[in-house]
Amino acid sequence: MIKLLFFAQLREKLGCTSLDHPLPTVATVGGLRAALIARGEPWSEVFADKNVLAAVNQRMAKDNAAISEGDEVAFFPPVTGG
Amino acid sequence: MNGPVSEQAITRIEILDATFRPADHAEQLSQNDSDNGALVTFTGMVRDLVENPVNAMYLEHYPGMTEQALETIIATARQRWVLGHVTVIHRVGMLYPGEPIVFVGVTSRHRREAFEACQFIMDFLKMDAPFWKKEYTPEGERWVEAKSSDSQAAQRW
Repeated sequence: MIKLLFFAQLREKLGCTSLDHPLPTVATVGGLRAALIARGEPWSEVFADKNVLAAVNQRMAKDNAAISEGDEVAFFPPVTGG
Repeated sequence: MNGPVSEQAITRIEILDATFRPADHAEQLSQNDSDNGALVTFTGMVRDLVENPVNAMYLEHYPGMTEQALETIIATARQRWVLGHVTVIHRVGMLYPGEPIVFVGVTSRHRREAFEACQFIMDFLKMDAPFWKKEYTPEGERWVEAKSSDSQAAQRW
């Protein structure tokens, strides 16, 4: 299992702060996005957006980043701090 | 920290849930630091404009990743410039117009390093640090959208 976290507008649109999820068949951030899209609405609309950023174990990650059992993967909009 | 740093070069990162006084942190940076002749600080504040009225702002963050992201940004700045002390303070939670959101303070021997590092840290904080702002306006709640000018600012480095 991996732990998913959602922040800001994503959290509101999904109605979900965190979720335990099995490691996707394609064990990358891109593979995980596809698995989430397959859940249907509202996941399919949210994760179809290319502007959703990801972090694996608290480091920014691109779609080809590998995910392993026990990892923490967060999804969020572009950041607006400062 | 990499590169030539004085033994006393201190990095302070604080994520705060309550309002803070930038002047106190500026004062702290200038004390016990006779090696360094320059202190540059930046303070970002909550605005309430006639054309964009804001009653309050909520700052969300990713606990754990925010501190790491700021450490990485500061470490990168220290590799690029020889710096003295570096302090970054960032609010989370509810803020009101006029309150400080972020403070960045940098000391260095001479002014060039401190000016450049302070700007560098702010440009990369705007792009990489996991915070999200939500404005509470007379017309309702609105998440602030990221600006392309911020990612362009980071690219100039």
